[in-house]
Amino acid sequence: MSPRITLATAERVLRQIRHDPRTIALLLAVPAVLLVLLRYVFDGRPQVFQSIGAPLCGLFPFIVMFLITSITMLRERTTGTLERLMTLPLAKLDLLVGYGIAFGALAAAQAAVVCVVGFVFLGLNAPHGAWLVALLAIGNALLGMALGLFVSAFAATEFQAVQFMPALIFPQLLLCGLFVDRADMASVLYAISWALPLTYAYDALAHATSPGPLGARLAVDALVVVGCTLAALGLGAVTLRRRTA
Amino acid sequence: MTDPATSGRADAIRVDGLRVVRGGHEVLRGVSLGVDQGAVTGLLGPSGCGKTTLMRSIVGVQIVAGGTVSVLGLPAGSVELRRRIGYVTQAPSVYGDLTVLENLRYFARIVDVGRDRVDEVLGTVGLDGFEARLTASLSGGERARVSLASALLGRPELLVLDEPTVGLDPVLRADLWRTFHALAADGATLLISSHVMDEAAECDDLLLMRNGALLEQVTPSELRRQTGRDDLADAFLAVIETASDGSDG
Repeated sequence: MSPRITLATAERVLRQIRHDPRTIALLLAVPAVLLVLLRYVFDGRPQVFQSIGAPLCGLFPFIVMFLITSITMLRERTTGTLERLMTLPLAKLDLLVGYGIAFGALAAAQAAVVCVVGFVFLGLNAPHGAWLVALLAIGNALLGMALGLFVSAFAATEFQAVQFMPALIFPQLLLCGLFVDRADMASVLYAISWALPLTYAYDALAHATSPGPLGARLAVDALVVVGCTLAALGLGAVTLRRRTA
Repeated sequence: MTDPATSGRADAIRVDGLRVVRGGHEVLRGVSLGVDQGAVTGLLGPSGCGKTTLMRSIVGVQIVAGGTVSVLGLPAGSVELRRRIGYVTQAPSVYGDLTVLENLRYFARIVDVGRDRVDEVLGTVGLDGFEARLTASLSGGERARVSLASALLGRPELLVLDEPTVGLDPVLRADLWRTFHALAADGATLLISSHVMDEAAECDDLLLMRNGALLEQVTPSELRRQTGRDDLADAFLAVIETASDGSDG
């Protein structure tokens, strides 16, 4: 692995996105617009908006980066650029970490916009500071990126890649505790929810956006999210084959 | 046949009994050949005969079922070879959503060469003035040349080019062949596939393939003499006929 190649890869990915201003605009505006929508959907129940909207600020980047990464990597596979890279002196980690830096930066911008809109303009509370929500959002974005990278290996077309979002992300959103307290779910679902990475991502955000001590719980959540990210990256690295059939 | 002992040149590529199976179908059926260092070798045969698979095996991205491939004295796919081989796939493998310059600068940073080298290869492939153009907006032939330029950046000792002249106009095609000969004169080894026999005359040595097997390895002049045909396409047909006569009888 070489810092020169890793940074070159990160820069290349960002330049690709820069040539697509509409994607950047959507990336930055859509989460904020959805949050405004949510604010007025729960116009009469501000406490519900707080309990869903505040953690959601840190979950948007997870969802978006999952989708963007799986499609970008799929394109890399189908246009032959991945095969070219595999014949060059580029380590798989250069590619994976390069993607991580690029999408991490993008997630930071997205998180910054949605947090400003949510915590400054829409009156959401972040008792431990909005910066903590933004920081968790970046971590969650990297988790989404790592998962997207991994599942891109199982998609042959962009249509398939898009379907992986409802297939893999929606169930996690439903089970993570964002909409319903996990303790109120059927016991089977409650048990399953322990095995899903988004549960821990949400738990960290829920603690960061409610009063009370943060404690060891947040540390455990963060550790699980980091662990899952690394595991997914490792699996993603396995799917990047120099030799193919 | 090229015999390294008599040609006096070292083998840049040595393939022995190479077998490749894809989807239960034997795509390469025991191919053996040698490619001279510093020569332009043409890999010719109809579409689907296994040219691309052979090239992929040589650059080390193909899963092989049997046989050995050594490149520049090392097993194909060795880490050391990634700096020494340039591979250009048939479909241009560059980023459509980057400009020509951004594409080349990315690949230049991977092989660790500077901006001056980027300008140099742009000139080599005749893309001066295209720097700021978005790659996706280029014609097929122009995109193919961006792909070729990317492979030239690191001054590779071995260039493996899969149908680099397809879809190019005759003037440009002649230009590129001049470039290929110049690269060989500088000591590079070139393996170039084509399904157009009129390009065979440009090569120092020919590998004639059909149905996943190597029919013959000859020089263009030898091929003409052997078959008594002046036109290389006719000569190739004659070789195929002889080969199928041999297998029938």
